[in-house]
Amino acid sequence: MSKIGVFICHCGENISATVDCERVAAEAGKMDGVEFATDYKYMCSDPGQTLIKNAIKEKGLTGVVVGACSPRMHEPTFRKACAEAGLNPYLCEMSNLREHCSWVHEKNEQTTEKAIDLVKMLVEKVKKNKPLNAIKVPITKKALVIGGGIAGIQAALDIANAGQQVIMVEKEPSIGGHMSQLSETFPTLDCSQCILTPRMVEVAQHPNITLYTYAELEHLDGFIGNFKATIRLKAKSVDYKLCTGCGACTTKCPNKKIPSEFNEGLGMRTAIYTPFPQAVPNKPVIDRANCTYYQKGKCKVCEKVCPTGAIQYDLPDQFITEDIGAVVIATGFNVLKTDFFPEYGYGKYADVLTGLQFERLASASGPTLGEIRRPSDGKVPKKIVFIACSGSRDPAKGIPYCSKICCMYTAKHAMLYQHKVHDGESYVFYMDIRAGGKNYEEFVRRAIEDDGVNYIRGRVARIYEKDGKYIVKGADTLLGSKPVEIEADMVVLATAGVSNPGAEELAQKMHVSYDAYKFFAEAHPKLKPVETNTAGIFLCGACQAPKDIPETVGMASGAAAKVIGLFSNNELTREPLIAVVNRSAPPVFSTCVGCFMCQTACPYNAIEREEIKGRDGSVIKTVAKVNPGLCQGCGTCVAFCRSKAIDIQGFSNEQMFAEVMALMNE
Amino acid sequence: MINNQKSIHELQLHTGVNVNRCYQCGKCTAGCQLADEMDFPPSMVMHMLQTKDEELLQQLLNSKTIWLCISCQNCIERCPMSIDIPHIMDYLREKSAGEHKINRQSRDIVAFHRAFLDSIKYTGRLYEIGLVAGYKARTFHLTQDVVLAPKMYAKGKLPLVPEMIKGTRNIKGIFRKTAP
Amino acid sequence: MSEQIINSPCGVKGTIGFYPGCSLKGSSSEYAQSVLAVAKAFDIELQEIQDWNCCGSTAAHNLNKELALSLSARILALSEKQGLTEVVVPCAACYNRLTVTQHELNNDAALKQRVCDIIDMPIKGNLQILNVMQMIDKYVADRLEEKVTTPFGHKVACYYGCLLVRPHNILQFDRLEDPQSMDILMKRSGAEPIEWGFKTECCGAGFSVSRTDVVAKLSGNIVKDAADRGAEAIIVACPMCQSNLDMRRPQINEYLKQKIDIPVIYITQAIGLAVGLSPKEVGLQKHFVPAQFA
Repeated sequence: MSKIGVFICHCGENISATVDCERVAAEAGKMDGVEFATDYKYMCSDPGQTLIKNAIKEKGLTGVVVGACSPRMHEPTFRKACAEAGLNPYLCEMSNLREHCSWVHEKNEQTTEKAIDLVKMLVEKVKKNKPLNAIKVPITKKALVIGGGIAGIQAALDIANAGQQVIMVEKEPSIGGHMSQLSETFPTLDCSQCILTPRMVEVAQHPNITLYTYAELEHLDGFIGNFKATIRLKAKSVDYKLCTGCGACTTKCPNKKIPSEFNEGLGMRTAIYTPFPQAVPNKPVIDRANCTYYQKGKCKVCEKVCPTGAIQYDLPDQFITEDIGAVVIATGFNVLKTDFFPEYGYGKYADVLTGLQFERLASASGPTLGEIRRPSDGKVPKKIVFIACSGSRDPAKGIPYCSKICCMYTAKHAMLYQHKVHDGESYVFYMDIRAGGKNYEEFVRRAIEDDGVNYIRGRVARIYEKDGKYIVKGADTLLGSKPVEIEADMVVLATAGVSNPGAEELAQKMHVSYDAYKFFAEAHPKLKPVETNTAGIFLCGACQAPKDIPETVGMASGAAAKVIGLFSNNELTREPLIAVVNRSAPPVFSTCVGCFMCQTACPYNAIEREEIKGRDGSVIKTVAKVNPGLCQGCGTCVAFCRSKAIDIQGFSNEQMFAEVMALMNE
Repeated sequence: MINNQKSIHELQLHTGVNVNRCYQCGKCTAGCQLADEMDFPPSMVMHMLQTKDEELLQQLLNSKTIWLCISCQNCIERCPMSIDIPHIMDYLREKSAGEHKINRQSRDIVAFHRAFLDSIKYTGRLYEIGLVAGYKARTFHLTQDVVLAPKMYAKGKLPLVPEMIKGTRNIKGIFRKTAP
Repeated sequence: MSEQIINSPCGVKGTIGFYPGCSLKGSSSEYAQSVLAVAKAFDIELQEIQDWNCCGSTAAHNLNKELALSLSARILALSEKQGLTEVVVPCAACYNRLTVTQHELNNDAALKQRVCDIIDMPIKGNLQILNVMQMIDKYVADRLEEKVTTPFGHKVACYYGCLLVRPHNILQFDRLEDPQSMDILMKRSGAEPIEWGFKTECCGAGFSVSRTDVVAKLSGNIVKDAADRGAEAIIVACPMCQSNLDMRRPQINEYLKQKIDIPVIYITQAIGLAVGLSPKEVGLQKHFVPAQFA
């Protein structure tokens, strides 16, 4: 025998302005099974909640219906109140009299009638409610950080420094990312490597961080707090336990003509190599695709010169599996190469460079040891042109967005050039100067005012080479669109920031969404910038969109904070409003017939197979089972189930029918 | 300033170009080989249209620019917004001719086009002597290229008799039906 | 496709249509001559479109869009009527006008109907329109090298102009900037194509008579760049480009204040010479700037 309590809230005047709350309460009192009904001005207030609690205790209520606002707003409030009074919280339901009734109708008789109906439906539903318990899911307190650039480094250090375990996976032989390639950083012109390398070393030496370089995520399974990651450790062909990083192999390797990725093709490296002198770990790998031994079967010079016998040619790729609780994606970005631009020569001009290539020229660790020299003939360029928005803001080339960092680094490049080549002339073709950021505008002004960089507002139509000069044809739109022609010795294109080539594949592996440009998508553009739409997977840095170092670091710390917050609990509490497959006594065990239509329908991979075994261990029946950690309670499986064996707790078919029938039986 | 929303709307209707898409980067002008000769370079034409100012539109109809545009298509091919400037120039030329606003200094160019079309109208094909004669009659540039023609004739490049096609009636019909 | 060939009034299977255009009948007769000579050398049978008219060129395009479309459409319709599925159009201007017209008609059913009414003929709009490079590439391809008897051993600047490559999305020929097809064919003919800066810049086109000063300047820049880089000939595939660079040489030299005597020849003339045709057979004597290749 049900004893239901009904509590009608006025919500100040939000409900009572159009609904006769007193009458709703009076009518509810007459409903079958209702033991107690009342109304109150603010049911969510302390006295309102006390009203509910007292009624539960005094009347011995078996269910509660609160007619008030949206359950999104106050369901937790009222369920908590019920629990405090000793009633299972899932025996409390809310009828939305505000959004569904008072706010959308005029004040009249019918509005009140509708409110009464809404209450009646919930009264019928709550009679069928069963006590439920919140689901507890254990958390594996170990984070996987994918990518070892500044974003990954910052996130990993923050998490590790909070006492949690971190696994970092980096696909290159060294961590450091693009930041390690940069010369000096805006707006302070401090040396990029000087501020980065201590962080890289800290990662390598941190007791809470396990670093896998030359490794990639192969597979990711599971759910928040309980992921299983398979990581491919690409064969380095060098035993790192034996290698001392002495460098004998890299100096002696006869194959020295491989374009260096770290130097953006402006310098060469050997087949066995460490990407750069400050690499972490500072030990080499063999690039098998370019190694004479792997390609032709002969050489083995590195093995002969290695004093510790660390070279091992037949080491295969290895796969390791790690249990982890959260993932931080920090895979970064890339920039377009010069061959993307037909009008700027399809990449055929040696002295038309990308911004990243210019960074290498300007860097003390670069191929010219920091001197600005032409790759073609080694001469110092006396006239240099920088072209902003090369590819960015160019829907015709498929990139409508602003790459955000180019205005600033172009100003920096022009400034560095003027600092290094005192008698040089620099020109920047720009459309707008976007210098939003602390001290950014001041930085650009400094380039123009103090360093004498010539800014020309206009875009460059084409570049061609003549007599060792690059003829740059632009326009000065501030001079009535006057065509401008500059004979430059070097041209630097601020090429658009784009997503990494493997981004889409990685996103699909992890079931996170991405945008039209293959940048990973945040869960909410404003309020959930570091979350993805998959719980437990966070993102930071330029893998979400092009961004500068300060923003990347801030975002990385944000993602780390989310992981640390998650790991501050031993277990996760989840609403029990999930699907369950029914179970009954032998010999039926379940009405599930094992067709597994539900498995194909489930968008969350939450349906598993369960074998029901007899005492002798033989399989009697295979039925579906819902993984409570994965199920999101969407109900798709319920619709698919042919034998009505699957149901959503708290929203069972029986409860839904009861609500509908309450209206039909008028 | 007289705001003429209607003219711009009409332009968009005929050319399919929304002039507001132009963000004035100037790449069209930078690549335009005639920009130096023009009174208004292409990117400025776009901006003049963006203002919707009737007076500026009249200046364009009366400009040298529209007759100097050679339809080489470099601007649209390089335009980051793929704005069909050649199409806008076509539209402005037709409008300028239709409203008798052809720029004084550009009349030679128009005269040449008209002499060209006259030649086709009567024979179906271009008759080069006829074209030059027609052009000279329209412009009074009587002595221009007088040394060239005999040389062309000597090299077998200048047939003296026009080639008449059979379908001249068909061609005349085409001219009649498309007459503005 | 086969159906149309059967239905054609004079259709011989494997015959390709040929639209010379006005220039090739007059001021650029050597282009027609060399195209036909090269086609013959490679056993390509070309069938002239009967009673063809002028495509309208820049003049119609500049003054009356509908007239321009209709004049070109008549040529398309005549080709179809003749049962042709493929037409070779050596003149870059005609090639451009015909291809663009077919594209515009195919993309606007109402416009197509209107134009068909104007020309009083139906149009299907599935004609394959080839320029000379495409013709050679399709029907000669790798046989070219075999046929070369006297390699065209000169440094050449291949000049494409505007009309072969733009609008790129419609013509779909070669790449937009720095195209390569002529360079490849010239290399196969034994020439040494140079890298240069004016492959697709405009020569001044239809301003030859009305604004000779503009042509002198634009064509002058082209000729100068080719000469500066040591080209011994400029190779073209457009009668307008040829006549501007060649016939207007006095004005060009005057503008440049420099005497440049680099000859401007059609790609079919260069290939013709390479496969053993005589200078006379490809009409080399017809140029204003003397073109002699020892």
